[in-house]
Amino acid sequence: MAFGAFATSTTAAEPAARRKSPIALLLLLPGLLYLGLFFLVPLVSLVITSLQQPDPVVFGQYENAFRWENYVTVLQQYWPQTLRAFGYAALATLFALLIGFPLAYFIGITLRRWPLLQALALVLVIAPFFISFLLRTIAWKQLFSDEGPIVGFLQALAILPGDAAITGSAFAVVFGLTYNFIPFMTLPIYTSLERLDLRYVEAGGDLYASPPSTFLRVTLPLAAPGIMAGTLLTFIPAAGDYVNASREFLGSTDTAMIGNVIEANFLVLQNFPAAAALSLVLMAAILILVSVYVKRSGTEDLL
Amino acid sequence: MRGFGKYAIWVYSGMALVFLMVPIIYTIVFSFNDSRRTNIVWRGFTFDNWLNVCSAQGVCQAFANSILIGLVATVLATTLGTMIAIALVRYRFRFRSATTLLLFLPMATPEVVLGAGLAAQFLQAGVGKGIGTIILAHTMFCISFVVVTVRARVASLDPALEEAGRDLYASPREVFWRITFPLLLPGITAAALLSFALSFDDFIITNFNRGADVTFPSYIYTAAARGIPAEANVIASGVFLLAIALVLISQFSAAARRRKLALTP
Repeated sequence: MAFGAFATSTTAAEPAARRKSPIALLLLLPGLLYLGLFFLVPLVSLVITSLQQPDPVVFGQYENAFRWENYVTVLQQYWPQTLRAFGYAALATLFALLIGFPLAYFIGITLRRWPLLQALALVLVIAPFFISFLLRTIAWKQLFSDEGPIVGFLQALAILPGDAAITGSAFAVVFGLTYNFIPFMTLPIYTSLERLDLRYVEAGGDLYASPPSTFLRVTLPLAAPGIMAGTLLTFIPAAGDYVNASREFLGSTDTAMIGNVIEANFLVLQNFPAAAALSLVLMAAILILVSVYVKRSGTEDLL
Repeated sequence: MRGFGKYAIWVYSGMALVFLMVPIIYTIVFSFNDSRRTNIVWRGFTFDNWLNVCSAQGVCQAFANSILIGLVATVLATTLGTMIAIALVRYRFRFRSATTLLLFLPMATPEVVLGAGLAAQFLQAGVGKGIGTIILAHTMFCISFVVVTVRARVASLDPALEEAGRDLYASPREVFWRITFPLLLPGITAAALLSFALSFDDFIITNFNRGADVTFPSYIYTAAARGIPAEANVIASGVFLLAIALVLISQFSAAARRRKLALTP
């Protein structure tokens, strides 16, 4: 699977002597041109759109300009949604790690002696990928609804006040994000733990390290590439997500994230410059955060 | 303490796996709900939704669109991505680091940015949005995942096998189609399956570039406001059960093959 995508590429040794040949160009060119045309050019389109100004004659049309104030306007107007997106994404990443790491450890190390159970558990972790994530999110919405079983149970126990709701709250959105990204967190950690040579852990014990210190100094560093890949695969899409926080799913207007604002501005309000400026803000913030994170964790050769 | 710790990880992980399954089981169970207009309250068991899947307006059209888009985008992305993967492992060329960066960036960019970018581009170019633009978009984000998946397979390929072919006077074309390609096929298949799964379940990028055409996820998103019909649950459950069956078959046949290999001396 491609969940090692973000992990360091120390696995298979590549042939030492690569040939130089015009064939390389023929193989690379179609795909790279495609990515240039449908990934890089759209980014340029976003930059151009983000600087546009309203057409003075035709209402709802925009003309090219250099209105950098658009960025100031959208940040002034939407800074709460922007900060909220990063806050929710960080919380969801943390919770997904707290659930995903033990799960990956269990499947990759504890279940080694039972290959059949291990295969089955792995299928269960991949299973959510095979069923529409929108329907899974709707399922949580209905389980959490005011008439649903969870609210009723919590109210019966008096944990939740009689008039309280779960859907539409920050809790529900972070819950949904966490749920949706647990497999993305678990699988890369599993791939790095599955390869872990248990003799290293034994060596730690032989050298009189306590189990917690063996875990911290042996297991955790060896799982680091997986943790790093998992946190990126969770944080990046979670920060841009707008399904969980949408009103029809687990959120409300109070939980709107930057993705919701981009969607509303582009597809509903047709305020293309605002949507484009916000998209670029989101992308820049993510690239900065990711590069700082990658530098600090010391694994720089991504992909 | 050690014994307790061992026990605890079984319980904790078991709970996590159950947690992952809850909405899946909910979705499947509610595909059998005898619902009238909305599928929220349980009204009793029925097979009707499974027997008349297309009775909900537009759901089968959306499903067919998603299959079509998934197939075309998979073929395009798998072809382009496999070519890049071979070039990355086998050849020396300039701009290698720029190439890997160009492949990495689409995976590190939030979908909403990719979607809005393409939509802005199509708007400026005056291209009408529809199934065609959805296919263009899906192919774009699948390429990088194909490269990552196939590349590992190319790297683990023993060059001696191809050399042997050349020693036996096979033309470069024959070497590729009779040695390289069959050896790469498991990786290419995995990449194609991944592409199809990514395309089939994509909602965010699709929503920005679909125009008036509807895919299965965008059908659900639109229906969410007024209640999702049980027929959507039927389609999702059917796809899920089929996929799980395929995964289990491939897992068990791989295990059986390993056992066979272990037995032959």
